[in-house]
Amino acid sequence: MSAFYALLFTVAFLVLVIGLTKKIIQYSRVPAPLKIPVTPAPLSKGGVAVRLAKEAILFAALFRSNKWTWLFGWMFHMSLFIVLLNHLRFFIKDVPLPLVLLQNVGEYAAFTMFIGLAGLLIRRLFVARVKYISAPSDYLWLILLMVIALTGIVMRFVSHTDIVAVKEFSLGLLRLNWQALPTDFPLMVHLFLVAVLMILLPFSKLLHIPGLFFAPTRNQVDNPREERHIAPWAAELDAEKNKVQPK
Amino acid sequence: MADFETPKFREYPTVPLIKQDEMAGNGPFISRAEFDTDLGYPGELPDDWKEKTLDKMGDLLGRYRSLQVFMDSCIKCGACTDKCHYFIGTNDPKNMPVARQDLMRKVYRRYFTFAGKYFPKLVGAVDLTEDVLDEWYNYYHQCSECRRCSVFCPMGIDTAEVTMAAREILANVGKAQKYSNQIIQKVYKIGNNLGLPGPALEGILEDLEEEMEDDCGVPVKFNMDKVGCDALLMTPSADFFAEPHIDGLIGYGKVLHELGITWTVSSKASEAANFGLFIGSYDNIQKVSMRIREAAIDLKVKRIIFGECGHAWRVAYSFLNTLAGPFDFLDQNYPIPQHILEVTYGALQDGKLRMNKAENDHLTMTFHDSCNVARASRMGDQPGGQFDIPRAVIQASCNNYVDMDADTIKDATFCCGGGGGLLTDDLMELRVKGALPRMEALKQVTEESGVTNIAAICAICKSQFTKTLPYYGFEMDAIMSVHQLVSEAIVMKGSEQEKELDGVDEEEAESED
Repeated sequence: MSAFYALLFTVAFLVLVIGLTKKIIQYSRVPAPLKIPVTPAPLSKGGVAVRLAKEAILFAALFRSNKWTWLFGWMFHMSLFIVLLNHLRFFIKDVPLPLVLLQNVGEYAAFTMFIGLAGLLIRRLFVARVKYISAPSDYLWLILLMVIALTGIVMRFVSHTDIVAVKEFSLGLLRLNWQALPTDFPLMVHLFLVAVLMILLPFSKLLHIPGLFFAPTRNQVDNPREERHIAPWAAELDAEKNKVQPK
Repeated sequence: MADFETPKFREYPTVPLIKQDEMAGNGPFISRAEFDTDLGYPGELPDDWKEKTLDKMGDLLGRYRSLQVFMDSCIKCGACTDKCHYFIGTNDPKNMPVARQDLMRKVYRRYFTFAGKYFPKLVGAVDLTEDVLDEWYNYYHQCSECRRCSVFCPMGIDTAEVTMAAREILANVGKAQKYSNQIIQKVYKIGNNLGLPGPALEGILEDLEEEMEDDCGVPVKFNMDKVGCDALLMTPSADFFAEPHIDGLIGYGKVLHELGITWTVSSKASEAANFGLFIGSYDNIQKVSMRIREAAIDLKVKRIIFGECGHAWRVAYSFLNTLAGPFDFLDQNYPIPQHILEVTYGALQDGKLRMNKAENDHLTMTFHDSCNVARASRMGDQPGGQFDIPRAVIQASCNNYVDMDADTIKDATFCCGGGGGLLTDDLMELRVKGALPRMEALKQVTEESGVTNIAAICAICKSQFTKTLPYYGFEMDAIMSVHQLVSEAIVMKGSEQEKELDGVDEEEAESED
């Protein structure tokens, strides 16, 4: 069983990294032929960085759009971020002080993560407009993440797992020196679903993570009167021979 | 007349419930083959339409980062679902921006993604059939490319980009829209959207000059094809004859005259609007844009100034330099191109225009931000200038001004309901229903603040409101041009208005003695 999980995570990691890298390469190679920032837009690259940061960290547009979706969505994402930071301890031998301190509050992030996801699921089930646009996979993602959070909560607060042994296992993965993994049921479920999530991410709507930063509507500088913006495939159309020149 | 009911004003503008297939149908008239072939499209459904559709889709996914990223990154959060004026007005769930995108996204997933190829049901992917294409045609012609949804999308997805791609794909399999393609053909053949030939245009401009002379006693010039003027004026052809558009043109004429800027229109490029944008065709946007470069060179002008036109200003501001530049033969001391409102605003700031606001005292104005100016362009040198400059010019022209509800103006403005190639009589039901959110906001300020008129800076908005205002119980002439207000208030040097005004002042001064 330990070998299966070790193999699963090695594969999952590779699929995640290679899949995501391929997508990012694709996004950066496809040209954005015309300036299409949604205005008012920043006039400098620094301004664009601030605009993207506000979207990535505060979900600014969603806040304007719908307060409930923002509340649950933001709660889920920020909790997930803290949870991920907390899990760094499984991959670092000597845990640095900031991570030790984070643990005190961080362990409750699983609850807020679960509540956020539950809120999103309820909205998806009961708001007719959102239900209309939902495919089966949209529900399954939420349920998958909820089960991951729930099994995590069970291991931390109900039936403790031998996390020292888990850490040996995860450190072993990094060193390609596979170690035994405790075989409690919640841990098995937790880890299996995390691996599923990692494998499916590059093939799913979870691509919104890189997508957010590649949206030309948000990442372009508003300077079209000052600078021309010719895509490689439009260069032929733009060639001098096609243009009337002043005599 | 029309077999539909005008939507009722809602007591509180709440989110509508969905009504399946409320706007199902055949969409606007399909283009005639001759209009298509002139634009480089086949004009009829080819036998291998399925391959052609997917090929074109793959082609566009490889050309437009927006389309590729937007197909992947939607998380179905629902933020956009209540933001589209067509959904609010029709309740048809396929008019929710995400559902409109999904018409294409479902096909994208089926043929271009691993998940959709092997697990179509799980991710909601569908096979491409002719019914799917027909549904695209219908619903992608119920989007005015106004970008309101993208403001609220946490991923910045702009449905306008998807709509344009869909229309481009459809045109490549013989399902193009008559209205837009016919108009582009007229632009190529005659020079403007309305098919107004040069001599007719010249006659109109001569009449205007006479009228100005009679009204103001000042020789305001309206030149056509005059070589060597300071500026080429690019304005929507509606400005040449329709109310209230032409009153705006008179306003531009007076401002430019007062500033001593000589200007001309071009008979070859007598149209600011660029319908290439509506059909999502880079080639056609560029070809239409190139006329402006050619006219500027032929007429040896130093500046290009655009009149009040929303989508035209988007193409001019955001694309013209890219598509038809570089404009190194023009005077680099002025923005290229420049909006007439930037000219007027700058002159007002410098104290170069004398305004008698009292001329507009019988009006209480509000301002409709035109969607493509608000969310796809800028005026002036600061972000948001496209909101502040028109308001500043209106407030310099009249004493009574009130903004509509904050959720319906500036970058949250609602489209008039007729933009993006939908300003055609065969879409009247959609246009009337799509105007609902704007009409509600207008109703509110008429009741609460006594607003009498609404100004706009787009030929489509003005035409659309002229038609739709009466459906909602307003007068059709409640819609005005911003430069119509300027025209009423401006006091040109040596004009009858100046004499009258100063004369009156003198009399008052005498009576006070």
